[in-house]
Amino acid sequence: MKETIIIAGFGGQGVLSMGKILAYSGIMQDYEVTWMPSYGPEMRGGTANVTVIISDKKISSPIASVYDTAIVLNQQSLDKFEALVRPGGVLIYDTNGIVNAPTRTDIEVYRIDAAAECARLGQAKMFNTMILGGFLKVKPIVDMAHVMEGLKKSLPERAWKMLPQNEAAIHRGGEIICKVR
Amino acid sequence: MAEKDVKLMKGNEVIAHAAVRCGCDGYFGYPITPQSEVMETLMELRPWESTGMVVLQAESEVSSINMVYGGAATGKKVMTSSSSPGVSLMSEGMSYIAACELPCLVVNCQRGGPGLGTIQPSQGDYFQACKGGGHGDYHFIVLAPSSVQEMYDFVGLGFDLAFKYRNPAMILADGAIGQMMEKVVMTPQQPRRTEQEIIEQCGEWATTGKGARKQGLVCTSLELKSELMEKINERLQAKYRLLEEQEARWEEIECEDADYIIVAFGSSARICSATVEQARKEGLKVGLLRPITLYPFPSKPLQKLAERGVKGFVSVELNAGQMVEDVRLAVNGKAPVVHYGRMGGMMFNPDDVLQEVKKNFVK
Amino acid sequence: MAEIEIKAENMVYSKPRLITDEVMHYCPGCSHGTVHKLVAEVIDEMGLEGSTIAVSPVGCSVFAYRYIDVDWIEAAHGRACAVATAAKRLNPKNLVLTYQGDGDLSAIGTAETIHAAARGENIVTIFINNAIYGMTGGQMSPTTLLGMKTATTPCGRDARLNGFPYKIADMMAHLDGATYVTRQSVHTPANVRKCKKAIRKAFENSLAGNGYSLIEVVATCNSGWKLSPVAANKWMEENLIPEYPLGDIKCAELPKQ
Repeated sequence: MKETIIIAGFGGQGVLSMGKILAYSGIMQDYEVTWMPSYGPEMRGGTANVTVIISDKKISSPIASVYDTAIVLNQQSLDKFEALVRPGGVLIYDTNGIVNAPTRTDIEVYRIDAAAECARLGQAKMFNTMILGGFLKVKPIVDMAHVMEGLKKSLPERAWKMLPQNEAAIHRGGEIICKVR
Repeated sequence: MAEKDVKLMKGNEVIAHAAVRCGCDGYFGYPITPQSEVMETLMELRPWESTGMVVLQAESEVSSINMVYGGAATGKKVMTSSSSPGVSLMSEGMSYIAACELPCLVVNCQRGGPGLGTIQPSQGDYFQACKGGGHGDYHFIVLAPSSVQEMYDFVGLGFDLAFKYRNPAMILADGAIGQMMEKVVMTPQQPRRTEQEIIEQCGEWATTGKGARKQGLVCTSLELKSELMEKINERLQAKYRLLEEQEARWEEIECEDADYIIVAFGSSARICSATVEQARKEGLKVGLLRPITLYPFPSKPLQKLAERGVKGFVSVELNAGQMVEDVRLAVNGKAPVVHYGRMGGMMFNPDDVLQEVKKNFVK
Repeated sequence: MAEIEIKAENMVYSKPRLITDEVMHYCPGCSHGTVHKLVAEVIDEMGLEGSTIAVSPVGCSVFAYRYIDVDWIEAAHGRACAVATAAKRLNPKNLVLTYQGDGDLSAIGTAETIHAAARGENIVTIFINNAIYGMTGGQMSPTTLLGMKTATTPCGRDARLNGFPYKIADMMAHLDGATYVTRQSVHTPANVRKCKKAIRKAFENSLAGNGYSLIEVVATCNSGWKLSPVAANKWMEENLIPEYPLGDIKCAELPKQ
């Protein structure tokens, strides 16, 4: 098993921490993981992305040219990474702010209206874990129990009181994600 | 797995954890992207409350390295970290430290240059790290980690080698290794050496105060008599020859039957190991030689591969071609040696490297 | 003259115990020798021989380590206070002092010195200010007086061309971390005695953990000034001391956080 995922969006959307939760979940299941971010001053407000690789074998390159899954959370990221999903791979996008929808037909495309759902629930901070829940529904590479452990390890202790809300968001994400094609 | 202390951490963060856990006495640094997490993590760990380790934010890199000099002169296990422009500022102090034969550890999490350059990863400081940087004939022991686990392990290894040879050591990482997260297995906390242990280990040279000694010790690199200064240089050079003899470290991946060898270190080597996997799938016999120590450079295994009949070497670096000079010296004309690189913070991917191997050697 | 046997009963003066037998390279008339003597005496009298770590500069006193028998670290030009900062923090029981001239401290080493003082490092700096670079052959230093001739100001220091001299000790006294700041000289026996007291006070201040101490010693450089030792003393009294007046500038407790 080897899954190469790019998560991309605006800084502040929780892109990097979503990747961290996913990577930590992989460790909890005894997998090898790498988490390789874009870093620097563009992080807040600009675009941010992180490549997460989860594998049952030692990971050679933490950098990839094609991805098994792209999770894109704004138009720029969709424009940049749609082309880099391997044929037969998965593209997940949130419709919020997307003007030009994905066009490729040789990949599986999923949409998740997590931004709208979080707004409805009044829980804007749960956006990234809801997206993660959507991804895990499509690609259940890590058991939910390990995801919960990974989530706890990723959060500082002061944020542990938010664990139940995050867990609910992950489940909700799994419910609202839908296949476009 | 539950028994092991396994964490998901950034390369820069593990430098801090490893420092505390290996019983480091002092860290002196100055913030610079992309390595600032080292000091930030230390400040969060508050080791002065647990092990008694001193952590100090200095007013400049110039000051940081001279604090390292002052601490190392008293036999303490001290370190600093920075990124390329900051290491340039430290070069004067590094020359003094090497001249006084003081053990210490400097971490360079390289970014793209020259000048202020970029904050993205680069390996453009190979020459600076391995061929001097500061003035005079000296060498640091240079370790090139290619994973977060090695970032952790090389802190302890760097200190061990530094004290064994009374020579400063450097971890030459880059923004990619510093910023990326992987799982890391942490070692148990080692106690800091007691004052008595420091005197037993370093008593011949450490300026800890005369104590019961009859005469004061002097830590200096000044010798105005040329005949004596030459002798000091000869002693240093003898140590460097010994290092070259005994401490070159490297990893070979699929080199045994390889027709073509990629030579790459650090983050580049990680990318190139995927190139080897890809090449082998295509039936192309490509291997990877990864220098772990950049100084001393692993010339002997390269020489052996060249003598065995390898048809070509590609030195793959995030720079304009620096290590390739050492590869050429080792191969010594027995096979063609080419360089492939990106600069200014750009990175190649495994496919780019494979295309380069094919372009040069597979007709 | 007949040989006089040295006996304990007729001994009235001797070389301090911690001054080595090495022949000093300082020019006759230079203040360094006297200040070295005072430092060696105070270290000995306070019983600090075994626990002193001294940091020498680049400049005329680069070889200070040859003359006072304690442990020394020779710093790069200007970096003494950074070196001393770590030596002290990692060896908190020791007395750590730096010995620096005006080129080393007030030019190339200003940042290190100010920040060590601002942090309130428990170190002592002995600052020999003779308003000139001695070792490199008498060039202008930041403390060179206006109008003063040096190798790099052959027509005299001109403020428009070379800027103004500045007063390190007065400036440092503004820093919370610097608790004992004094300006002394060693050109008369009375001043030598006062200077020695100041050195002792600084060492005590440092060992009490009360922050940074600075003793500026207004000093002569008769070679650099191209004057005889006697004329140099006179020139210093008439020109340098009015610009850099003697006495304690600050004696304070380290402010509470």
